[in-house]
Order: sequence, then C-alpha cells, then structure tokens
Amino acid sequence: MARMKFLCDADRCIDCNACATACKNENEVPWGINRRRVVTINDGRPGERSVSMACMHCTDAPCASVCPVECIYPTEDGIVLHSKDVCIGCGYCFYACPFGAPQYPKVGNFGSRGKMDKCTYCAGGGGTEVSGSAEEYEKYGSNRFGEGKLPLCAEMCSTKSLLAGDGDIIAQIYKERVLKRGYGSGAWGWMTAYHEGIEV
Amino acid sequence: MMHSGRFSMTRVANSLAVSLRGALFILAVMLVTMSGFAFAQKLNPDGSPNPDASHVSEQQLLKLLPRAEGRIDIPDTKAAVLIQPMGRTWDYFHEVLLHWGAAIVIVGTLALLALAYLVMGRLRIEGGRSGLKIVRFKAIERFSHWLTAVSFVVLGLTGLNITFGKLLLLPMIGPQAFSDLSQIAKYIHNFVSFAFVVGLVLIAVIFIKDNFPAKVDIEWVKKGGGFIKSKHAPAGRFNLGEKAVFWLSLGLGVAVSASGYLLLFPFSVTDIFGMQIAQVVHAVAAVLFVALIMAHIYIGTLGMEGAFEAMGSGEVDVNWAKEHHDQWLAQKLANEPHPIRGAATPAE
Repeated sequence: MARMKFLCDADRCIDCNACATACKNENEVPWGINRRRVVTINDGRPGERSVSMACMHCTDAPCASVCPVECIYPTEDGIVLHSKDVCIGCGYCFYACPFGAPQYPKVGNFGSRGKMDKCTYCAGGGGTEVSGSAEEYEKYGSNRFGEGKLPLCAEMCSTKSLLAGDGDIIAQIYKERVLKRGYGSGAWGWMTAYHEGIEV
Repeated sequence: MMHSGRFSMTRVANSLAVSLRGALFILAVMLVTMSGFAFAQKLNPDGSPNPDASHVSEQQLLKLLPRAEGRIDIPDTKAAVLIQPMGRTWDYFHEVLLHWGAAIVIVGTLALLALAYLVMGRLRIEGGRSGLKIVRFKAIERFSHWLTAVSFVVLGLTGLNITFGKLLLLPMIGPQAFSDLSQIAKYIHNFVSFAFVVGLVLIAVIFIKDNFPAKVDIEWVKKGGGFIKSKHAPAGRFNLGEKAVFWLSLGLGVAVSASGYLLLFPFSVTDIFGMQIAQVVHAVAAVLFVALIMAHIYIGTLGMEGAFEAMGSGEVDVNWAKEHHDQWLAQKLANEPHPIRGAATPAE
C-alpha cells in the first residue's frame, strides 16, 4: 500500500502562494481558514527559504492521539482524516499539531470554535458521507483522491517544489534533485511528521 | 615632472584608498563570518552564489529554537510558526503522563480514604449529641461554599470527561452519543467556570481571616489532629487541616482559573507554547484539586459524625463543637449573648 506524504523542496519554493490559492479554490473553504500556507524563514536575510505547509498526514498523528472524542484517524493510505459530525471543537488538535494544520471557522472565545477543518489531502471527509457526494464536498471539500488524483496544491505547483504522492517515490525524486544540483535544505517537517528524514 | 609627481601621488593615494576599502570589506566579511553568522554567502568558483552555502536546514533552526518560525502573508499570526515539534511532547503529556498520573492520584486517593475508613471508621461525637445547637456557618457562608462546591463537581466531571471519557464512556455509549455529550459538557465546563470563580472569591474574602496560622495549630498537630481518640486536639474556628484545605483550594483554584481562562480565550494572550503550558497547568492543578476535594468530602460526610450539618443546616451540636473547635466555641460563648439554641426534646 502506498503511504501518501507531502514534501516541500524549499530550494524551489518561490513563495507564490499558488498552492494556498489552489487549495482554497478547489475545496471552497470558508474565509479565514487556511488549510495550506507558505511560511518564509529568514525573510530578507541569507538563507531565506519559503516552505509551503499544510497537514503532513503524520505517522502516529498527535492530533488523532489527543482528540478527546477520537474523531481523527489515518486511512490505509496514511492520509489523516476526521469526522466533523464527531468533532467538538475543543482545539486540542491544534496544540498537538507540529505544523499548525487544524483550522477553526470561529474565533474560539468561550469554546466556540466550530468544527475543525484541515487539509484532507483532497481525499474528501472522514465522516459518514458517501465518497464523492455533494454532502461530502460541502463539509470537507474536494475528493480528487477518490478519482485517482493527487492534491491540487502539489499538482499545480509552478516550480514543482511541492510534491505529493507515495512517500518513497517523492523521497527518491528529492534525492535525485539534491544530488544533481548539489544542495538541499532538507525535507521540511519529515523528521517530526514521519520519524525519518531523507538521507542524501 | 611636478605634474607627473602629483599624478603618481594621487594614484598612490587612490590605490591606498581602494586597498583600504578592500581591507575594510574583507575585515567586515571576516567579522561577519567570525561572529558566528552561520549562513554567510559564499561564491562558487565561477562567481555565482552557491545556494548550498547559504541554506538553512530545519535541524539547524530547531537547534537554535524549539520551533521554526517565519513570515506569512495571511493575517493569522499564529500560522507563522512553521514547525513546533513540542506538539508531540504535549501529546505525550496528555495521553501518557496525564492519563497515568491522574488515574494513580485519583484512584490512590480513593484507596487511601477507603483505608482510612476501614482503620479509623467514622469519627463519632465522643460525648454523644447534646441536642444543643450553635450556628457555625451563616447563610452567605453556606451559599459561597455550595456555589463553589456544586460548580466544582460539575467542572470536575466535565473536565475529566475530556481526559478519560474516550477510555471509559465512549465504549459504553458509542461515538455519536459521546460526541454530543462531550460537546454539551464542554460548553457547561466553559460557562460554569464563572460561577466557580465567583464562589472562590467569596470563600477567600469570607474565610481568610479565620485561616491564618495560629499557635494552637501546633498543639493540634501534637495531639494527632483529632484522629487519636484518647487525645483532645484544640482548635479555633478552623483547625490546621481545614486551613490547609483552604489555602490549597485557594492556590489550586487560582492556578486552575488563570490557566482555564487562557484556554478559554485561545491565543489572545499567549502563543502555542503558552497554550500548551496553560493546558498542562490546568490539568495538573485540576487533578490535585480533585484529590484534595475528595478527601475534603470524605471528612465532611462519611468520615466524621456531626460535620456535615455545619455546611448543611449551618448549625452544629455543641458537643461536636467542644470536641473539634473548643476555642471557637469558647469565643462564641464569650462574645455572643445567646449563641446556643434550644434543647430540643429528644425523641422518646
């Protein structure tokens, strides 16, 4: 079985934010929810790098572990999904997430966050809705994965910085790139998300 | 000759200036490099910048700070944190340390109280009931106590549900019912907190004057705190045990409330690390608080005859007062005109 992962080759990211825009458009997420974002490290200084970040669909996902109602779970492809019917909006997944992935539609004061929303790897929802249905789209966004497609953010990345797909394959692509060009700032977040980096 | 000499002088001056500028530049570069500027720009042999020399890796960043933070283009400022591996540490606290720690503390306290009951039994009023009553707690005092007590129990149960519900309740009632229940419990927890804080403030204001340490407390400890039947332990309005409950409740109450309000207004005061710490403080203080109050409930109900009515009706038996709070009783008798109320005729 394939183990789906994201990999952002920061030496290629140009901070164009097309991934974030594509995500918003494909999934019709509400205003204020950012399933994917681009963070620039060392902005304006030597060593500046931009990294596109969303849910990394962790191994032993800490969000799933801390969830008091157990609404988050990994699929057989390693994609971390959740059920908005079960979520109580406690916000614990955000405290546990190493990547700031969980989003909430409300401000959060007095515990009124609303149902958690996050990157689904464009694989629909983890609720009871029929895969690919309008109800599923309404709650969780696109289900490209069910149609055999990869997440749109990575698919339309103009510099092919953001890679999605089977972890072994994208790690191989990244290794070849690093060997060919002679440098690489590493697979951002892999150590934290998957307990392994990419050795080149 | 003069001209050429002047020219050469200028040329010398110029080249001196150039080399001085060059030396300054080299010095500056060296200073920057030497001052530990780890990612200084180097050039490839062909003069192009070598990106490898300037790159910054995640591991380098995480060595400097516990999290990698940068700049973002969206208004959500907390999204500027790129990676915070501490999330996994907090997960470990919440799922392993807290589960085991809280279970041990709470079950352990229950076991200790059960043991105390088996060994000592219910502490009886030695002299039996006199039938004479004296007011121990006025209405406002009892109101403050019960406001705090009821909200504490509600907060305790709804809070424990967040930690233990998925282990105990979820398998019994199923995911959807458990989710609905937890959602309601969460709102109850958040809003009842205000009642608890009001009660805590009232208790602090009303009872603080009787809870300062006194000389008699030492004597009380020496006499075994009333747990040794042959010895009488003297006390004022509150004995040292009650004073300990007061101060511990106040301390834990402040810790639980302060951390709770940080959690209730997420990220308005602090960042992700602060939120995690607030949750840890909230959980640890709450578990200790639950253990403390379990002991408090035991001694106030099952553990001691005649204790509950102090907070129930507000009046205690005079013999109970003599045995547990002799100095307070003496003070009452000296200061109030008619402190003792009616000798009710005992039932035939």
